[in-house]
Amino acid sequence: MASLVGSRVERKEDKKLLTGRGKYTADVNFVNQTFAYFVRSPHARAQIKKVDTSKALKASGVVAVLTGADIANDKIGGLIAGWRIKSEDGSDMKVPAHPPLANDTVNYVGDHVAVVIAESLDEARNAAELVKVDYKIMKAVVSTKDAMNSDQIYKEIPKNLCFDWLLGDRAKVKEAFDKADKIIKIDLINNRLVPNAMEPRAANADYNPSTEEITLYTTSQNPHLARIIISAFNGVAPENKLRVIAPDVGGGFGSKIYPYAEEVVCSWAAKKIERPIKWVADRTESFLSDCHGRDHVTHAELAVKNDGTFLGFKNETIANIGAYASVFATVTPTYLFGPCATGVYKMPAAYTNVKAVFTNTAPVDAYRGAGRPEATYTIETIVEKAARELGMDPAEIRMKNFPTQFPFQQTLVHSVDSGDYVAGLNKSMEVADYKGFEKRKRESESKGKLRGIGLCSYFEACGIAPSPVVMMLGCGIGLWESAEVRFNPTGNVTVFTGSHSHGQGHDTTFAQIAADQLGVPIENIEISHGDTDKGPFGYGTYGSRSLTVGGTAIVKACEKIIAKGKRVAAKMLEASEDDVEFSNGEFVVAKSNKKKTIGEIAFACYLPGTYGEVKSPLPEGEEPGLKETSFFDPVNFSFPAGSHICEVEVDPETGETKVVKYTAVDDFGTIINPLVVEGQVHGGVVQGIGQALYEECRYDNSGQLITASYMDYTMPRADNLPEFKLDWTCTPSTTNPLGTKGCGEAGAIAAPAAVMNAVMNAIGAEISMPATAEKVWKVCNQNKKRNSEAA
Amino acid sequence: MKKVSLEVNGKKVTKEISNHTILSVFLRDILNLTGTHVGCDTSQCGACVVHVNGKSIKSCTAFAADLEGSKITTIEGLAQNGKMHPMQEAFKKLHGLQCGYCTPGMVMSAVDLLQNNKKPSDSEIRKWLEGNICRCTGYQNIVAAVKEAASKM
Repeated sequence: MASLVGSRVERKEDKKLLTGRGKYTADVNFVNQTFAYFVRSPHARAQIKKVDTSKALKASGVVAVLTGADIANDKIGGLIAGWRIKSEDGSDMKVPAHPPLANDTVNYVGDHVAVVIAESLDEARNAAELVKVDYKIMKAVVSTKDAMNSDQIYKEIPKNLCFDWLLGDRAKVKEAFDKADKIIKIDLINNRLVPNAMEPRAANADYNPSTEEITLYTTSQNPHLARIIISAFNGVAPENKLRVIAPDVGGGFGSKIYPYAEEVVCSWAAKKIERPIKWVADRTESFLSDCHGRDHVTHAELAVKNDGTFLGFKNETIANIGAYASVFATVTPTYLFGPCATGVYKMPAAYTNVKAVFTNTAPVDAYRGAGRPEATYTIETIVEKAARELGMDPAEIRMKNFPTQFPFQQTLVHSVDSGDYVAGLNKSMEVADYKGFEKRKRESESKGKLRGIGLCSYFEACGIAPSPVVMMLGCGIGLWESAEVRFNPTGNVTVFTGSHSHGQGHDTTFAQIAADQLGVPIENIEISHGDTDKGPFGYGTYGSRSLTVGGTAIVKACEKIIAKGKRVAAKMLEASEDDVEFSNGEFVVAKSNKKKTIGEIAFACYLPGTYGEVKSPLPEGEEPGLKETSFFDPVNFSFPAGSHICEVEVDPETGETKVVKYTAVDDFGTIINPLVVEGQVHGGVVQGIGQALYEECRYDNSGQLITASYMDYTMPRADNLPEFKLDWTCTPSTTNPLGTKGCGEAGAIAAPAAVMNAVMNAIGAEISMPATAEKVWKVCNQNKKRNSEAA
Repeated sequence: MKKVSLEVNGKKVTKEISNHTILSVFLRDILNLTGTHVGCDTSQCGACVVHVNGKSIKSCTAFAADLEGSKITTIEGLAQNGKMHPMQEAFKKLHGLQCGYCTPGMVMSAVDLLQNNKKPSDSEIRKWLEGNICRCTGYQNIVAAVKEAASKM
């Protein structure tokens, strides 16, 4: 049987999704279901003096109106920050209480005040307008940069400072800077983004009074995590009485890793009213209350020698984490950000200092890349600036500072097992025809356009992660992954994974792996995920971890199946176990034609007897059945890397910037399904281009979200984008048996710097993201004025 | 309330509905045709595109009560006799979808494009689909799939 790993296998999940038979949470309905509508704060910061629900309770169709007082009375716990960070001075981070329904204060526009439950959505929405909330409006803190010098939001949190974290050695950095020929400085903003999965968040909670069990359907990347949080922290129901199902999920990009207030409230209230409760966000609710991403203000400095050698780097960042510390809010700007600050370079000394601040804005958490795009954007724009100031080619300065020996002990944390950054950049330059740029630039100029080229060489740490390491660093959970491989008696296979596909194609990629391992046709393999009552506990999909961690668990479980199969085959074939070899789905006795297929072994394991005599095919002491589980805890992170090259054309008359050429050369180690991996790169790159050119989540000074719909928040659309050229290099990971590294976030990590370097190259000035037509036009216009004055 | 009779995916349907029932709600909540998705509230995302009398529209912008006598095709009605439409086949072959949420609208919109323009160029495809937002694919494989379907139809 030909190997499926490496093949462009069409996706198994596509037929249902293409014919309208996908089942998303909003498609789930229960008999006797009610509908929830949340009363949200219209103010960024206010005290709640009184909530009057009396009129709403009398409105048509209303079943219940529940408030923060009700949730407090029932002792339902608050939402949690999942990662404990210590400040440089050794003190613990400070986080405010985050009740699922606000009690005495609201802290961002969209914060949850009450829930109205009614027979229909229209009735719930109409009654919500009758809930009278008496607010005392307070001055909101909105600006990331000024948060520490603004009014104090929480009385227990001075300067609105969650933590002041340091990674690295300040003294060594000072020594390095003292020796520098030149210090390159940069100030930049990593613009706040809204993840915008196309499927809005939703929940449908059903309580069964007979079994006392809650079943929660939810839009989650991580149903097991939702269950443990809603059970252990919110205290809604014990884990064995809470089933969480994430059916088809319409994208996540980080925003659906963890449960939100709505899931907690619907589960709790469903038990209270003993009826199912359905809630589906509309798009504006998603903008208001989904966790946002990025939002950093950074000052960075790079110490260099005149020949371009890097000596040291410092990154001083203020990270906005919004009104409350969400589950991964505190790790995103620290351990996912800091270690990648020095990029793909040998850097003798470095530190990253992050001050995480609270503001009266929606919580900020992981968004595709989570910390690594911010780190990469900083180092890759400062490296480009260093090249400009030293008069070097941007490729040359990168090549000069790449490590060439692997494993490579990176400056701040990671030991990078494998990579070849020189080969990656060389290939990218070749595919992009880097040498031909000047000619293309002249062609653009002849049309009155400014053309620019930008590079970004990145590495990232993903495949999260070794549990003892992350738990030592403050993570509240493990980050291993599970797989259960279950042969059915007739020889087909169900593979349960604790990860969760919401667009990544696990049904196909994981089936390719299992098919190769077991020698079973791919059409006879089913991948099951997303239901806490089906497979073993797992940690879900994010951080480009599913294949490297979850895929490895599948390999390990298959190895256990094969080991048992060998023992059974040896007994059945009357041979020594050592003489039985397994390949292409067959157990064969060496130097003989005696063999059993894995299907025959499965059948024998489930029907272990013989007609007419007492004779088992199983060795003595062997249990019947053929099902194995593996929990794989990785020994290291994985480290995808690559070089992307972007070319833009700017129209100086309108400021419009077009990406006209984009080349991505990535090293993801072994690629299981190139079709799927290419799709991941395309999507990631477009989210990166979105950040660079179009997207920006903006609050006004009073904390009102002014980009709360697709009319105001610019999403990249088909006609904004070029066709991308993709290619690969491959240095397999040495820390997992598949040799994979993860590919989901790379595009979003690399693209912002590649695009912005190209824009800055085109217009000859520094500019902040997003490089909108307005901003670019202003720069072009100033340049024009300056040039005409000079002339 | 108003009685409305129309044809959905070749079947006659008569329902008593309120005057302000939006077509997407009518399809999803009353006919249980949940393949039509809703991704925004401002007619910007295109996840809800269906065909009314052969033309693509955003079903969140029409009242079902206004469509008396119309013929409506949703994503569920595109495959015939268990065989996917060439557009659906092309999306599968070229990985033109990931999470699948925008896909029904994207496919219905693309099918209408080919009714108007049998051999669209890349830029014509991109221009036509600018009213359909996809957050997963970066559009490249969608454009390729539409071209592939055009070559097969």
